[in-house]
Amino acid sequence: MTCRVLAIGVGNELRRDDGAGLETVRRLRGQAGLEVREVRGDLSVLAGEWERADRVFLVDAVRSGSAPGTLHRFDAGASPLPAVFARGSTHAIGIAGAVELARALGRLPAALVVFGIEGRDFGHGEGLTPEVERGVAAAVLRIAEETRGA
Amino acid sequence: MPDPGNRRIRVEALARVEGEGAMHIEVRGGKVEEVRLEIYEPPRFFEAFLRGRAFGEAPDITARICGICPIAYQMSAVHAMEDALGVRVGGALRDLRRLLYCGEWIGSHVLHIYMLHAPDFLGYEDAIRMAKDFPGIVERGLMMKKLGNEIVTTIGGREIHPVNVKVGGFYRTPARSELRALAEKLKRGRDAAVETVRWVAGFEFPDFEPDYEFVSLRHPNEYPFNEGRIASSRGLDADVHDYRDHFVEEHVRHSNALHSVIRGRGAYFLGPQARYSLNFDRLPAIAREAAKNAGLGPVCRNPFRSIIVRSVEVLFAFDEAIRIIEGYEPPPAPAVEIVPRAGEGCAMTEAPRGSLYHRYRIDADGRILEASIIPPTSQNQKSVEADLRAFAGQSLHLDDEALTWKCEQAIRNYDPCISCATHFLKLTVHRE
Repeated sequence: MTCRVLAIGVGNELRRDDGAGLETVRRLRGQAGLEVREVRGDLSVLAGEWERADRVFLVDAVRSGSAPGTLHRFDAGASPLPAVFARGSTHAIGIAGAVELARALGRLPAALVVFGIEGRDFGHGEGLTPEVERGVAAAVLRIAEETRGA
Repeated sequence: MPDPGNRRIRVEALARVEGEGAMHIEVRGGKVEEVRLEIYEPPRFFEAFLRGRAFGEAPDITARICGICPIAYQMSAVHAMEDALGVRVGGALRDLRRLLYCGEWIGSHVLHIYMLHAPDFLGYEDAIRMAKDFPGIVERGLMMKKLGNEIVTTIGGREIHPVNVKVGGFYRTPARSELRALAEKLKRGRDAAVETVRWVAGFEFPDFEPDYEFVSLRHPNEYPFNEGRIASSRGLDADVHDYRDHFVEEHVRHSNALHSVIRGRGAYFLGPQARYSLNFDRLPAIAREAAKNAGLGPVCRNPFRSIIVRSVEVLFAFDEAIRIIEGYEPPPAPAVEIVPRAGEGCAMTEAPRGSLYHRYRIDADGRILEASIIPPTSQNQKSVEADLRAFAGQSLHLDDEALTWKCEQAIRNYDPCISCATHFLKLTVHRE
């Protein structure tokens, strides 16, 4: 049986660098052995998105104080996500909440890796800053590599 | 030991509400002296940037006001524009609008019942901690919410900020087969909704029954979504066109959302409890029966019991969605043709949180000259503050932590959408 691998991009492309996760998975579309999804807004649906996947990559922009474009990687299967993913969301459940909700319900996939791309500009408007463009390129390479290794 | 007769209860950032707001309560000499629901999220000026846009853009622009209730904005916008343009939309197109609204009510209400409100009653800080002890129940909530999203995706094109709604109808209408597939799942959702009413009816509720003036739409034979007269529990029975004769907005210093009052009377109450209490006789038998079994009479004044009323409305929405799908015949055209003309129109529809009023004035080319949007949460602010004053007053025996928790819950009873509410007065600068 083949292993089902899924990359989910989360964010809002109308708030500049907050679109980093969505842009990453768009560039991964067509990658062999990888399905991609884009999720906006309500993240309580995340567990439903990865229902039949064995291995999941979740990509979002973060603001932790590191240099813009820095790529953070967390193994969410091993421990709860760090506080940077719990930052204020205008919706009821953010990325950390959605992952922890799935953990509480026993609905985490066999492997869940969360990539956070450090953003610089979360203001109104489209388009990523150059540093975050490089972060996205790094995330694309890394996910493609890990998909092949899966 | 703090002086229980003189205390300040303050929450800087309310949890489990949509948007950003604070709560402030001052107790002096054993009496609640001051209460403020402070909405500090910045105003968003949608009404200003609608000016100059084409009439057909209003539903998509105003949908962006809210990620939880975009359909409400689309529905009030299309009906107000159709009023201005002298167009009536009926038959299957009207039914599809009701079906779309069912999807939004289910999604929004289930999110509030399971994720935001139930943890208050069961003593959890949030739904995640609640899910560890009640996984089956939380799964049921997620399943129902997903069905609400599926309705919106099927009719609206996508689940958030749908793209298929237009003035005059839709860009595309679904085939019967698309809806049939949905109906079978919705029957499971309806069963889950019956279970939900039973579940929340078992919670404990404080004794608290203010004498609200309930306001909602009332329709001759339907539970209201898109159409009806404005009714109130103190006898108001008005045409939506006369809204401004009866309701007035005013600015208060501590809120970026205008407050609303009924002229000559003051605060009023919108939302599920108002709809339910004014339209109990319009609910289908299955919903009336579930309400009765949950111990609700035809009028419900205890705002803490709003979680039961919301659950009854979820049951209604599933039942109504199934009814519409079973009778659905695709319309001959996806939309009524529109010829622009100068005019003014308004509409009120029932957002999950209560009545949402839109008014537009357009020119002969269909450009928007003026827009006014009055969301339910801004209209409910005075009732929220009145509840806080009365409820804190009868709960002063509690310590600060317990009192804060209960007062936050009193705000969550309204399922406030603060992001929607922040519409602000016109800024005028006087120079001498």
